[in-house]
Amino acid sequence: MTGLLTILILLGITIAIWQMVKIFDLAQANKDNSQIANDKDNSVNGYLMLAFLGFIYLITIISFALWGDLPLVSNSASEHGPEIDRLMIISMVVIFIVQTITQFLLHYFAFKYKGEKGRKALFYADNDKLEFIWTIIPVITLAGLIMYGLFTWNDIMNIDEEEDPIVVELYAQQFNWKARYAGEDNVLGKANVRLINLDNANILGLDESDPNAQDDIITTELHLPVGKPILFKMRSQDVLHSAYMPHFRAQMNCVPGMITQFAFTPTFTTEEMRLNPEIYEKVRNINKIRNENSKKLQAKGEEPLDRYEFDYLLLCNKICGKSHYNMQMKIIVETEEEYNAWLQEQKIFKNSLVQN
Amino acid sequence: MSAHVDTHTHDDDHGHHHKETFVTKYIFSQDHKMIAKQYLITGLIMGIIGILMSLLMRMQIAWPEKPNVIFEALLGKWAPGGVMDADIYLALVTIHGTIMVFFVLTAGLSGTFSNLLIPLQIGARDMASGFLNMISYWLFFLSSVIMVISLFVEAGPAAAGWTIYPPLSALPLAQGGSGAGMTLWLVSMAIFIASSLLGSLNYIVTVLNLRTKGMSMTRLPLTIWAFFITAVIGVVSFPVLLSAALLLIMDRSFGTSFFLSDIFIQGEVLHYQGGSPVLFEHLFWFLGHPEVYIVLLPALGITSEVIATNARKPIFGYRAMVASIIAIAFLSTIVWGHHMFISGMNPFLGSVFTFTTLLIAIPSAVKAFNYITTLWKGNLQLNPAMLFSIGLVSTFITGGLTGIILGDSALDINVHDTYFVVAHFHLVMGISALYGLFAGVYHWFPKMFGRMLNKNLGYIHFWVTAVCAYGVFFPMHFIGMAGLPRRYYTNSNFPLFDDTQNVQVLITIFALVAGLVQLVFLYNFVHSMFYGKKTEQNPWRSNTLEWTAPVEHMHGNWPGEIPHVHRWAYDYSKPGHDEDFVPQHIPLKDREEELQH
Repeated sequence: MTGLLTILILLGITIAIWQMVKIFDLAQANKDNSQIANDKDNSVNGYLMLAFLGFIYLITIISFALWGDLPLVSNSASEHGPEIDRLMIISMVVIFIVQTITQFLLHYFAFKYKGEKGRKALFYADNDKLEFIWTIIPVITLAGLIMYGLFTWNDIMNIDEEEDPIVVELYAQQFNWKARYAGEDNVLGKANVRLINLDNANILGLDESDPNAQDDIITTELHLPVGKPILFKMRSQDVLHSAYMPHFRAQMNCVPGMITQFAFTPTFTTEEMRLNPEIYEKVRNINKIRNENSKKLQAKGEEPLDRYEFDYLLLCNKICGKSHYNMQMKIIVETEEEYNAWLQEQKIFKNSLVQN
Repeated sequence: MSAHVDTHTHDDDHGHHHKETFVTKYIFSQDHKMIAKQYLITGLIMGIIGILMSLLMRMQIAWPEKPNVIFEALLGKWAPGGVMDADIYLALVTIHGTIMVFFVLTAGLSGTFSNLLIPLQIGARDMASGFLNMISYWLFFLSSVIMVISLFVEAGPAAAGWTIYPPLSALPLAQGGSGAGMTLWLVSMAIFIASSLLGSLNYIVTVLNLRTKGMSMTRLPLTIWAFFITAVIGVVSFPVLLSAALLLIMDRSFGTSFFLSDIFIQGEVLHYQGGSPVLFEHLFWFLGHPEVYIVLLPALGITSEVIATNARKPIFGYRAMVASIIAIAFLSTIVWGHHMFISGMNPFLGSVFTFTTLLIAIPSAVKAFNYITTLWKGNLQLNPAMLFSIGLVSTFITGGLTGIILGDSALDINVHDTYFVVAHFHLVMGISALYGLFAGVYHWFPKMFGRMLNKNLGYIHFWVTAVCAYGVFFPMHFIGMAGLPRRYYTNSNFPLFDDTQNVQVLITIFALVAGLVQLVFLYNFVHSMFYGKKTEQNPWRSNTLEWTAPVEHMHGNWPGEIPHVHRWAYDYSKPGHDEDFVPQHIPLKDREEELQH
């Protein structure tokens, strides 16, 4: 019933707008029946072009003023993060300059040269020199950005095995994450989804006969020691997922049937990050928003929201099905001692199997 | 490339008129002008569906979990009690993308204006094959019908994103929408591709062979260059998507393993072994990226024509414009990997694709600068079509610039699949191409229907849309850079993103206003079709040949001989002429120099 009512209301609104437009249309009809822009139209729209330029600048300024703190261009928590942030800021500055100038020229010309009866435009069809200039300027600018980008990319993606990274597997399934640590030997045991045996709790399909697999550790929380290079090996058991760790400027798809990889070195522990002034401010702001929302919820007799505390997160960032929007895992970066202590508490694979 | 049809023999063919029935004139028409109108109206209807879906998504994101009667009314069992189901959200994402990219901005834009303008602007009686042209439209119609039917499938329409990456799209166990809904999606797209190929081949053959006397390739209006190159890209890349779709159908229905391997789902191991989803990504994006230019180039072609006509100035740097269209077309086929930097492909390939991708910014920049220079010292007639064209240049610049970030593999790591991407591609190809479509409709409406659109409604339509388009997509960059992933049904499970929610609400409000103002356009369109002011033959005082044809449509386009062409299409405000335009069929005066050739 409400459905029908809504459709009727929507229909009503549509008809109302339709009628208003019709009235507007009829009101105009007697004045000027020509549907081609005359000098007055040119003038009005010329000024509107100028106003629109102002609007573009205004929305830029407002966006930076209100939401300028949102972009992840500072406080990265990985060794390569500042490099990406720097490149991002340089690119943004270039974009900002080009955007400001070209939008100005476009809209200013649209205003300045608005048509007048009797005026003749300048017949100006070509200028090789000018075109050469604005081909070569983007070429040089882009060459610089490309070079910088490629060095950064190679730096991030070339994994130095000699650094002896800690190997961690990120295992994705609809709709949760698991982490697998390689254990004492720092070698992940062989695994394939065909070996999954839910009856004895071999949930990641490890090869039970592989000696390297025996000391592997499977967890639902990702703990990382600060300052140590970590090599992630990604696996998925069902569909594509993407392991996205925004604070570390890290992301890699998890692809069924193959192992993908990404490496980084965390530089700040979770505790250190929580004390970072900018993060502290962000968390405070978020809690303010949550408090207000809680009040609204409580007014309706519902449960208030939990208080938010900063944590690093691993999110799924490749559409993977119904609960894609809630596929996450907490990441805890801690000192090496804390990390080792935590690892000691976890069950190794051999002991985690259920004996029937 | 000898291309001049002997017009005399052609005229004879049209001497004896055969009687037309309602069916041959309005339904199974082989006349390019009627087919263009059919494409446009089908495209607009699909556009209404596509835009409505985006509004539903926006309302869900802004006010998640709040019961909404509109959801209940429009989504029925998918919104019990007015709360949207998470599955249908993904279906909306998927079908909105598919409809807008393929049905509205490929068929609706390219189909409409290639059909209308190619024969009229090159001086041909009709397309090379009217019959194939008719088949092309009806295949498009059939694929549209199947796509709409797929919305009513029991287990839900396709919901794996418009990129339909397997295994999600291949396994009904992974998602309800991957059952019959996905089957219909694939069938619809296969038919769509057939339609698109028939159309494109026709456009290519027509442009190469049916140009009137004097219409050399270097005298072609830029619209025709754009449609021609677009058709070439389509012929090169659409078959690859067809092959991907066929292989996916094999994987889904016949047990092959092209894209699937080692899958454990809902407690069972599937038999698939040895395939790779990354292969599908390659095949998909080999079409998917050129598709961006299939959508965009016709819009840029229309813009070139509209800007030159209304600036009363020659388009600046005609040769550079043609060269950049060709360069963009070529580069577009070797940049697809920038969608796959983090797909698990070899990082070295990432470097290569970064390089080729950023190269494409160069011809794009040349085009933008040339448009701006065309405005300089013009006598701008700010008709609605002109406003949309200037708007296109504006969004093309704003959206294109952020491509520098996304095309850079190192930066893509952190903004991949976030709202930043959504903002980027909606501005650079979505809004820009939509503006191109609107510019085309406002400019050639008189040619199509013999009547004028109401300009004041056109102004309202443009200004509200322009403000809202920036209002929607400009702030979206910021929440994207905050790391907010796209395609999330709700963000309320991530307190981390709570500070982006007010931006989402603002965006939704802008989107709703933008959606409403399209009703003004619809009213204008439908009303003017029947009651608009009757047009004169050449209302915009344009140079191109379509305006030499009579207002009243006739089979064969021109009574008597097809006009011959003596000059390029951009002799606006040429010194030595009284009028500020010199149509292409006017012979050169004594000792008048023909620029450009």
